[in-house]
Amino acid sequence: MTLLETQKLSAFYGDFQALFDIDVTVEQGETVAIIGANGAGKTTFLRAVAGALETAPEMVMFEGRPIGKHTAHDVVRLGIAMAPEGRRLFPSLSVEENLLLGGYSKRPGPWNLNRVYDLFPRLRELRHLPATDLSGGQQQMTTVGRALMSNPRLLLCDELSLGLAPVVIRDIYDCLGKITAEGTTVVLVEQDINRALDASARFYCFQEGRLALTAPTTGFDRTAISAAYFGM
Amino acid sequence: MAWLNTFIQGSLLGGIYALFAIGLSLSFGIMRLVNIAHGDLIVLSAYVALVVSQGTGLDPISCLVIVVPVMFALGYALQRGLLNQTLSGGLLPPLLVTFGVSIIIQNGLLQGFGAYTQRLQEGAIETASLQFPGGISIGVYPIVVFGVALLALGSLQLLFYRTGLGRAFRAVSDDADTAELMGVDNRKLYAVALGIAMIFTAIAGVLFAIRTNFDPAAGPIRLILAFEAVIIGGLGSMWGTLLGGMILGIAQSVGAALSPTWQILAGHIAFLIILIVRPSGLFPRTRD
Repeated sequence: MTLLETQKLSAFYGDFQALFDIDVTVEQGETVAIIGANGAGKTTFLRAVAGALETAPEMVMFEGRPIGKHTAHDVVRLGIAMAPEGRRLFPSLSVEENLLLGGYSKRPGPWNLNRVYDLFPRLRELRHLPATDLSGGQQQMTTVGRALMSNPRLLLCDELSLGLAPVVIRDIYDCLGKITAEGTTVVLVEQDINRALDASARFYCFQEGRLALTAPTTGFDRTAISAAYFGM
Repeated sequence: MAWLNTFIQGSLLGGIYALFAIGLSLSFGIMRLVNIAHGDLIVLSAYVALVVSQGTGLDPISCLVIVVPVMFALGYALQRGLLNQTLSGGLLPPLLVTFGVSIIIQNGLLQGFGAYTQRLQEGAIETASLQFPGGISIGVYPIVVFGVALLALGSLQLLFYRTGLGRAFRAVSDDADTAELMGVDNRKLYAVALGIAMIFTAIAGVLFAIRTNFDPAAGPIRLILAFEAVIIGGLGSMWGTLLGGMILGIAQSVGAALSPTWQILAGHIAFLIILIVRPSGLFPRTRD
């Protein structure tokens, strides 16, 4: 079953067009990567899906419903959650309060505080600290946990690996496996191509706001990806 | 002993200034709204109490049962219907719009009630006082007002740090865009926030109008006092606001003790000195 479908998705920042006619399809339960260079429109794409950027209604279809005009908080209620780029934790809130705020929409589902702490045991010990006192990796775990608290059907992860040590990145991607095992569908945006391709079944490569290439990740020629990535 | 008396009277006077400031502090802290109409909303609350009191025969403090919900609803509607439209364009649009609201309230009150000076009558409590050794006499009413200010700040503290609503307020204050991505309906939350701010504004308005004469033009002075208390205390700090109010009150009392003409000026001078020495106030909390 198709969970998310964008149809000729175009998005603007004022007069500047950041996305041109993007067609992306995400099936229920799969993990899809979106790769591309800086400024390719990856984050813009996630923001458009999450409702943070307004588009025409039919440009974003979720569970067969047009949601392009929905506001971000309505989109959360429908079951799309975002772990935003740069983590964007709330500095005045403790770790636990950040997680609780993720559950603001009170969507029912498998995830709650305890389940998130089981997934990231370190966070249980650190739960009363201000979120900004944590290490980068722990902050990223909090960000993912906060998104899970809304019990999303679709989890959007923007640059999970940004600024983190390789060993920490591996930990976080291991946890991502446990999340998808719950049946959660994931869209990953990454600049780290290898990491993204290892974790996903299919990928889309964006280039300057346009779709340059899409294919399954297995058995694919990486030189073709490089060509699509850099536009050479 | 006379100076101790001045100090105590001034501190208690700070209670009403802190109450003036709470609503302003909340709306700035949560939605970065500089509400120029705040003083006029305080005065409007007093007029609502006047009407309710005359209509029902209740004393002004009992009228709060009606005035508080009315002002909550007004705050909710004002934010939802008008101020939310001004949010995306930076600090200036809400400043201009609330300035317009201020003019509308003042002229509306002038139209409806005339320029007459009014007062709310609460009876014996207004003049009752407690005598202490050394000739210190403290009015019961200022103590009550100060107690209400403590209660108000304490309940806000609980709201902000013990409830889901307070958590959402803090999150939105930190980063409104991300809060929206987490499922918070910012516009609705802002409307609730201004509604809550108006609860405290209503209490401040009624308590002030029992103590002081008011007329339709009495708002801007209250706004300035509220601003000064908030800024002395540090933006976003609730207990700092109380301290800010007390510093203003003490400065005014000391000024008045020196010469009656110095009362108001002394408060402003204290404010300016603190602004020079600590531009971000005594306990700054709010970022940006």
